Amino acid sequence: MADLTKKYDVLVIGGGNAALCAAVSARLEGASVLVLERAEEFYRGGNTRHTRNMRCAHDAATDTLTGPYPEDELFEDLLRVTEGETDEELARHMIHESKDMLNWIVEQGVRFQPPLGGTLGLGRTNSFFLGGGRAMLNALYNTAARIGVDVLYEAEVTDMDIQDGMFVSATARIDGKDEIIRAGALVAAAGGFESNIEWLKEYWGEAAENFLIRGTANNRGSILKILLDADVQEIGDPTQCHAVAIDARAPKYDGGIITRLDCVVFGIVVNKHAERFYDEGEDIWPKRYAIWGRLVAQQPDQIAYIVFDHSVLTKFMPSLFPPIKADTVAELADKLQIPADTLEKTVTGFNAAVVDGDFDHTILDDCHTEGLEPPKTHWAQRLETPPYYAYPVRPGITFTYLGTRVNKQAQMIMKDGKPSANMFAAGEIMSGNVLGKGYAAGIGMTIGSVFGRIAGREAAHNARN
Amino acid sequence: MPATEQTPQFDPLAKPEKAGLSGPAGGTETLTEAGRLMTVCNSCRYCEGLCAVFPAMIMRRDFPDGDLNYLANLCHGCGACFYDCQFAPPHEFDVNVPKVMSRARAESYQAYAWPRALSGMFARNGLLISIITALSVAIFIFGFAAANDPAVLYGIHTGPGSFYKLMPHNAMVVLFGAAFLYAIFASVMGARMFWRDIGEPASTLREPQSLWQAIKDAGKLRYLDGGGADCAADENATPDHRRFYHHCTFYGFLLCFAATSVATFYHYLLGMVAPYPWYDAPVVLGTIGGVGLLIGPVGLLKAKWTRDPDMQDKERFGMDVAFLAMLFLTSLTGLALLFLRDTSAMGILLALHLGVVFSLFITMPYGKFVHGIYRFMALVRYARESHTAT
Repeated sequence: MADLTKKYDVLVIGGGNAALCAAVSARLEGASVLVLERAEEFYRGGNTRHTRNMRCAHDAATDTLTGPYPEDELFEDLLRVTEGETDEELARHMIHESKDMLNWIVEQGVRFQPPLGGTLGLGRTNSFFLGGGRAMLNALYNTAARIGVDVLYEAEVTDMDIQDGMFVSATARIDGKDEIIRAGALVAAAGGFESNIEWLKEYWGEAAENFLIRGTANNRGSILKILLDADVQEIGDPTQCHAVAIDARAPKYDGGIITRLDCVVFGIVVNKHAERFYDEGEDIWPKRYAIWGRLVAQQPDQIAYIVFDHSVLTKFMPSLFPPIKADTVAELADKLQIPADTLEKTVTGFNAAVVDGDFDHTILDDCHTEGLEPPKTHWAQRLETPPYYAYPVRPGITFTYLGTRVNKQAQMIMKDGKPSANMFAAGEIMSGNVLGKGYAAGIGMTIGSVFGRIAGREAAHNARN
Repeated sequence: MPATEQTPQFDPLAKPEKAGLSGPAGGTETLTEAGRLMTVCNSCRYCEGLCAVFPAMIMRRDFPDGDLNYLANLCHGCGACFYDCQFAPPHEFDVNVPKVMSRARAESYQAYAWPRALSGMFARNGLLISIITALSVAIFIFGFAAANDPAVLYGIHTGPGSFYKLMPHNAMVVLFGAAFLYAIFASVMGARMFWRDIGEPASTLREPQSLWQAIKDAGKLRYLDGGGADCAADENATPDHRRFYHHCTFYGFLLCFAATSVATFYHYLLGMVAPYPWYDAPVVLGTIGGVGLLIGPVGLLKAKWTRDPDMQDKERFGMDVAFLAMLFLTSLTGLALLFLRDTSAMGILLALHLGVVFSLFITMPYGKFVHGIYRFMALVRYARESHTAT
């Protein structure tokens, strides 16, 4: 049971992968640990709930990985997706540490599964959690409970006493009361601010009202804000977030993985004026997956419609909601409440511009349009087999990039360039150090686990001294 | 303005009342819900490594009722997917696969019951089976009392043929043989209904590869372990050892069956008449099996009681308890008969045991026993599908 009158060695704020790795790691170093999770128990874990795998380097195939993934290759992949926006020293350190993570996390009860049908062709590079992210979280929480980590749910930290970069105490709202919690060291692992629409509006204006948030409503960035206000150095572009196009009918929060749509390649995408606005055939998954959220965010009312015909209906993974269906293009437009004559013109114009080729959605094939603006440079096929279908899509925000700068010990760096005396950070709240831009499947969990483990260990040592 | 306001319009962005409601509604409320869940799960697939249900789901895009009945019977109810699911209640997507599949399973037993007129047996199963058992026991006791002199009924009988002083061997064979054959026939008719409903060709049942795979999977209860962590009674992964207790029950049952078979062999082919000495095969097999049938059902019952209420299908509680109780009583009365067979209680105990066994036989096709048949057949189909797919 948590004892709020005592001074804990390590206070962990947050309840996801990074927070729990930090808590377990600190406890294994002998520290007394309290975890404050803002969410109720079911929703514990923030974005980790919706994850499925982590990307760790390894030198040989294992029971659950089909081949080696050397450190250099992982670094190259990271460099490519971030277009160089990464702290090389930190990134290489994380990648090196990621190797042992595959053992450590299993020792903490997390189980992996062998690559199966649905593992998206990542069987060599990524380790998939058996049962997904919530199963992984349950394992970490069970381990934490077993080794004596105290955890409080619905415990929102509202303020912190930080003096010259040194954490003294936190104020948390627990059972309707404000409690002052003292600790020798702090690990902030409380995620980003993607659920904070007001904050998103600072950069996106009113458009942010139409964003859907893929994770829980708890990722409000309040801890990040407190830390930045207390002179912790910020890192990462505050205006940026990872946005994909998801079904517009998804709930505002926590629709998770099952609202995603990856059928852009099979049709055309139009805005509310029934006009195309971007090359649907530009790039292969997962790169195209990550650009469409931003593209839709830039369209009027932040809405778009993926339109396709019957011939491709079963070519992609089924999704949560059925597509909207009609026998003619005009009827489809009516159902979507977009101008029917424009949509007919758009489809006719597109069909006329298609140059036949050998369709293969797994490669950049030679099916393209000619004389069309914007073009569809690959996978262009005529929409001519009724019935016609459409999925309405909106930007779905996964995570934000703004965070606290840290060093290799996961110690926060203050605005004056000096490390904080006793404050550490792990997970999305500091992912901008390594992932300044873009995304590679499973990298968020690697950042969380590796820096969580480091932060917990270092915080425990720090608290003891 | 008012005119347009009154026209009901299709709102393309309206959130469906419940996530995953697509395609035609199923034949029943339960199947509609099972179909909804499979649509939700099929767009996630995080659980594909847990058991056979999710890989079988991935092979499909649409879920007609027959396929849902197949998936429901393929589900062992381990519960792992419930705790692993980020969309489980209280999430608005309300994904509770173990509970809905359990319900669909139970409804399928009812739908496949032969003859149709007796499908109502599943409705208040616990009560009906208790009544049938009580009647059966009473008839044996009164029958023994009416047919025998009290001196015989309460007398002490030892040596070969002592049981048959109370009921002639041939009468026992005719009565129990008929009950047993009826149980087999009714079960086979149910199995045919199931196979037709799920739309699997009869030829699959002649594939040695699929049959052998299913025998191994059923024999080990491969899919009752949530992908390797054993069944959990709750979110904290407290193991409830259901697999162990089910093994005790199933193999205990098989050993008891073997005991009876050996005894029949002794009687007709070797001319050796029961009761047999304690060290002889029928008694040894029956005793070991009987002990399994005491431990197993008690353990399973305990697991049922301690199971997370969120996953429990309470309406089916009676059916599950009735079958476990029947197995337990069969074993208890059998062992009591073994230990007290040389006393004056033998007559009554024999009537009690025969009464319980008789009602076990005749109610088999109308209770939880049938889960084993449909589960095994679902595993055969899954084995066929898995090797066809690869």
